Amino acid sequence: MVKVTVNGRTYERLVEVRMTLADFIRQELDLTGTHLGCEHGVCGACTILLNGEAVRSCLMLAVQADGAELLTVESLAEGDELHPLQRAFHDQHALQCGFCTPGFLMTALAFLKDNPAPTRAEVREAISGNICRCTGYQPIVNAILQASSESSRKTKGRPT
Amino acid sequence: MKPAAFEYFAPVELQEALDLLERYGDEAKILAGGQSLMPLMNLRLARPKVIIDINRLSNLDIITATPEGGLTIGALTRQRALERSRIVRERNPILAAAMPLIGHFQIRNRGTTGGSLVHADPAAELPAVSLILGGEFLLRSKSAVRVVPAEEFFLGYLATACEPGELLTEIRFPKWRPGETWAIQEIARRKGDFALVGVALRAEVDAEATLQNTTIVMFGVGSKPQRMERGEAILKGRRISQALLRELSGVIAEDLEPDSDVHASAAYRKEVGGVLVRRALESALAQAKETVSH
Amino acid sequence: MEPINKTTQGYVGMPIKRREDFRFITGRATYVDDIKLAGMFHAAILRSPRAHARIRSIDTSKALALPGVTKIITYKDLEDLAVPVPIRMYQLPGLERYLQPLLAHGKVRYVGEPVALAIAESRYLAEDALDAIEVEYEDLPAVVDVYDALKNEVLVNEEAGTNLAAVHEFSIGDVDRAFTEAEYTRGEEFRVHRFTGNPLETRGFVACFDRGKEELTVWGVTKLPHLNRQIIAAFLKLPERKVHFIENDVGVGFGIRGELYPEDFLIPFAAVQLGQPIKWIEDRREHLMAANHSRENRCALEVAARKDGTILAFRATVYGDMGAYVRTHGGLVPCSTAALLTGPYRVPNYQAKIHLVVTNKTGLGTFRAPGRYESCFYRERMLDLMAKDLGMDPVELRFKNLIQPQEIPYEVGVTRPGSSPTVLDSGDYPSALRRGLAEFGYEKLQPLQGCLENGRYHGIGIACFVKNTGGLEPYEGARIVIGDRNDVTVYLSISMLGQGHETAMAQICADALGVPMDWITVFHGNTDVTPFGWGTFASRGTVMCGSAVHLAGQKLKHRLLNAAAEQLGVDAATLELREGKIYRINTEAPPVELNEIVSKVRHSGTLNQGLPELEETAYFHSSQMTYSYGVHLAHVAVDAETGVMEVLKYLVVEDIGRAINPLLVHGQTVGSAVQGIGGTMLEELIYDENGQLLTGSLMDYLLPTSTDVPDIGSVILEEAPSPLNPLGVKGAGEGGIVGTGAALANALSHALADFGIQVKSLPLTPDRIRAWIAGRAR
Repeated sequence: MVKVTVNGRTYERLVEVRMTLADFIRQELDLTGTHLGCEHGVCGACTILLNGEAVRSCLMLAVQADGAELLTVESLAEGDELHPLQRAFHDQHALQCGFCTPGFLMTALAFLKDNPAPTRAEVREAISGNICRCTGYQPIVNAILQASSESSRKTKGRPT
Repeated sequence: MKPAAFEYFAPVELQEALDLLERYGDEAKILAGGQSLMPLMNLRLARPKVIIDINRLSNLDIITATPEGGLTIGALTRQRALERSRIVRERNPILAAAMPLIGHFQIRNRGTTGGSLVHADPAAELPAVSLILGGEFLLRSKSAVRVVPAEEFFLGYLATACEPGELLTEIRFPKWRPGETWAIQEIARRKGDFALVGVALRAEVDAEATLQNTTIVMFGVGSKPQRMERGEAILKGRRISQALLRELSGVIAEDLEPDSDVHASAAYRKEVGGVLVRRALESALAQAKETVSH
Repeated sequence: MEPINKTTQGYVGMPIKRREDFRFITGRATYVDDIKLAGMFHAAILRSPRAHARIRSIDTSKALALPGVTKIITYKDLEDLAVPVPIRMYQLPGLERYLQPLLAHGKVRYVGEPVALAIAESRYLAEDALDAIEVEYEDLPAVVDVYDALKNEVLVNEEAGTNLAAVHEFSIGDVDRAFTEAEYTRGEEFRVHRFTGNPLETRGFVACFDRGKEELTVWGVTKLPHLNRQIIAAFLKLPERKVHFIENDVGVGFGIRGELYPEDFLIPFAAVQLGQPIKWIEDRREHLMAANHSRENRCALEVAARKDGTILAFRATVYGDMGAYVRTHGGLVPCSTAALLTGPYRVPNYQAKIHLVVTNKTGLGTFRAPGRYESCFYRERMLDLMAKDLGMDPVELRFKNLIQPQEIPYEVGVTRPGSSPTVLDSGDYPSALRRGLAEFGYEKLQPLQGCLENGRYHGIGIACFVKNTGGLEPYEGARIVIGDRNDVTVYLSISMLGQGHETAMAQICADALGVPMDWITVFHGNTDVTPFGWGTFASRGTVMCGSAVHLAGQKLKHRLLNAAAEQLGVDAATLELREGKIYRINTEAPPVELNEIVSKVRHSGTLNQGLPELEETAYFHSSQMTYSYGVHLAHVAVDAETGVMEVLKYLVVEDIGRAINPLLVHGQTVGSAVQGIGGTMLEELIYDENGQLLTGSLMDYLLPTSTDVPDIGSVILEEAPSPLNPLGVKGAGEGGIVGTGAALANALSHALADFGIQVKSLPLTPDRIRAWIAGRAR
């Protein structure tokens, strides 16, 4: 039995012990935004946040997430309002086929939490664990920088 | 690629885990970070009958500064925690420097210190660093506890002194000698990949730029991290010069007997191993000069 | 260039942000693995672990006894229906002897060949079933090298009696004479390695057979859905109209996905047999051994020239490693190496002989710029070698031989089997080269050429290219329907694999029709609703279908103006349609909303010649290809002691005639350049001498990541629109990859000139670079 909170909602499901967390999210919870590109921990398409940390969900068993809080790409938008990262990806044409995009969004989300004002080189390094075959990474880097500068502008505007 | 079926246990108490390990012996595999084991299981290259998931054990992920100035690291300490640890940064510069070389941050979020050491991939950074630091490994079984020094821990390709029935719970590192310089360098095909060839190096450099007590450990060059004793010996008590560095490269290349694989040939690893050691030494020396001049 | 959201000036040519993004960035896209049907079963394929072996026996009994396992299919279960995977293009005589059976029978010929199909309640259980299927193999020696294969000591296909599957040759001009008269000749043997596209989404299908209506629906199709449907329907003995191929969202193709493979037949077959929906999703390990490989090629290239560098002739002997079976592309990949070998240069005499050889490896198919990446590497390397021999500047040598704009259209000659002559339609090649040199700062960088700086040797390399785009195969179509609620629907005959057609085609339609872009919805890839088409490949989508959309849009506009004229009681020539409104030209009269006109037609039954539905279909026909062109420039730094090469700077200049959406074009260029750099430096499908695929996972088959490549410079030129279609477009998507092997190899050769190294083979890995420097044979 696995009890897990995903995108703020709690689920309880009976699962086979060998079911991977990625399959659990996709098949049991019908959250198909998280994708499988390799199932051996290289491509990053399955990246989610587990208790706030970016992890490869294909390398975890569903049972290991018992009691945990997960965030998947479906958590980013609030209704029809896009998260700044999503908007930035759209603005910068940082996706073509879109298959790697959820993984990059979650990786970027985690990264910007830790490093809200990164340099271009730091962004490139942070996303080096995610594979994209379409965009050549450049627009993804641009998008993450756009999102980070937007957030920092917002922070600056806030009264102390 | 889905794993084959297995029986699964997630003990909460250490004793429970040890009981299970004794019961199932080599039918069981320990699941810690899963970053090495899960790919193998997904590919069905590993089909353990039993999985003992130790992630629920408490107090095995603590980093402690010992009174002697060393470090005690719980085996379940996530690599990312080690990377972010102020204590590690302050007390053990080579360990701190090794962490960002390991995979990618998502892998380090789950991967554990103990997991990497017991998995013992010869091209991994942590085994080599633990060797150069003279680390000690605390192995617990149901009925016994023993401490194995790093020199005796790594036996071969993916093989360590950790027996079936034993669990690595703690790694101890002695105090880093003040005034020592160090370097860790590797050649990898891409950032975060396993090293084609790598070197960890530490040395005492005296005021006359003479090397004392140099330790050179290489990784990616054979079935386990390799101490380059002949290289260390020719450096002892000698002043650094271009000629000495060339001699060192040659000796290192001679002493290496690496394997060939799809990423690099044995000849490459031999040659470049020699180059890398020289560069690591040059880097360590430059660092020492800088420290002295401050 | 600032991406924009909308514009009132006309949509074509504007960098409009993609409207399809929303579902992808919110995780709401539907790829084939996202499809879940009630009662769905899961398939897994048992693949041969041997490169070459006779099958003695297959015992499925243990597997069938496992819980949750429903059915296991082997060759004998489909023997009666069995057809091999057909060849669709470049059907050179002889190739038909090497077709792939849907499941192995008698023999397996490559690691990965499908042997059995297991169907179970979950993928987990299906893979358990695979483990329990017992196959007895009798090993045979394997042949993995083209030259070894040609000895015919080990026959991949005994019935065929030879491993030389086919030969194709052609000759233009008088090559022998040119070589006799030449003041300078040089011959070299070049080699390109085996690698392929690796889209991030692997292949997959969901097939559902409705036993009541006897109708089959298949999802996961793409690239050529109409053509594939024809073949699968015939195989299953179902009428085409009862087979529905539906394209959802696709994780890109690069030429790999969408071709016919055994699974395209097997999964629908199993669905019909079982009467339940079946899902099969390829995993990455499978993909590396099952989906088309590409590129592996050897070429002995000889050049004859005058002392002043004027090229007189090329003679090329090409060997293509086809793998064990010849698949849908027939001889395309190796033949394409020869077809555009002369590139943008004047080579009056050209002779080529292409050998297609089978080996015990996975079959070959197209991968982004097939044959072009290879031939660009051969030719551009040869030019640099020539320049060195003749003491000429490599840039000067190129300018000397580039076809001049006044010579264009330029007929190269018949370089493709059974085809019309290759004619370069439009272009100003010297201009593109000049632009590339200027943008790159080539002159300023010259002092670095071959120099050791900060421990690394620097090199700058260039590669000029032409790339066939568009115009391949007969036609594409579009149907545009306008409703009375400000809604326009465009049905494309092509597929969409992530290129942004939903946006680009809407731009074309909006301009041609005269309506706001946000009125438009674009449908693609669904055989039920889209017109019959030939598919999305060879960068033909925008040229062929875009032109069809343009024509259909204009036709519909004409019809709408007539309908408006009829209702307003005026001459149609006095009206114009702009942004969805009917204006009377040269008057101050307020415009009429288009939906009023449409609504009246709908409700009348007599207006618009009695046709209540306002729609038009148009097809664009073309038998001639268009050719984009340009130049790649690369600046590299090499650590001679470690063989590690870093790409410091990279620029692609490409003239695509006309950019419908520059944002999308730049995206394609940057993406394909990175893919090309990765392919040149990191990726390789490596077999051992027993035919075992050593690079069986992404841990060994190395894809480029963000830290392996620099920012890529991309310049889009529109100096030479194509005269062959109404939009003047040439298609983009492959130009960015064509010159990567060549430019990097040239740069590396310049960097290591002091070591006397001239690159003649790929890939450019640290191990190989180090071996060249150390003088080791590699």
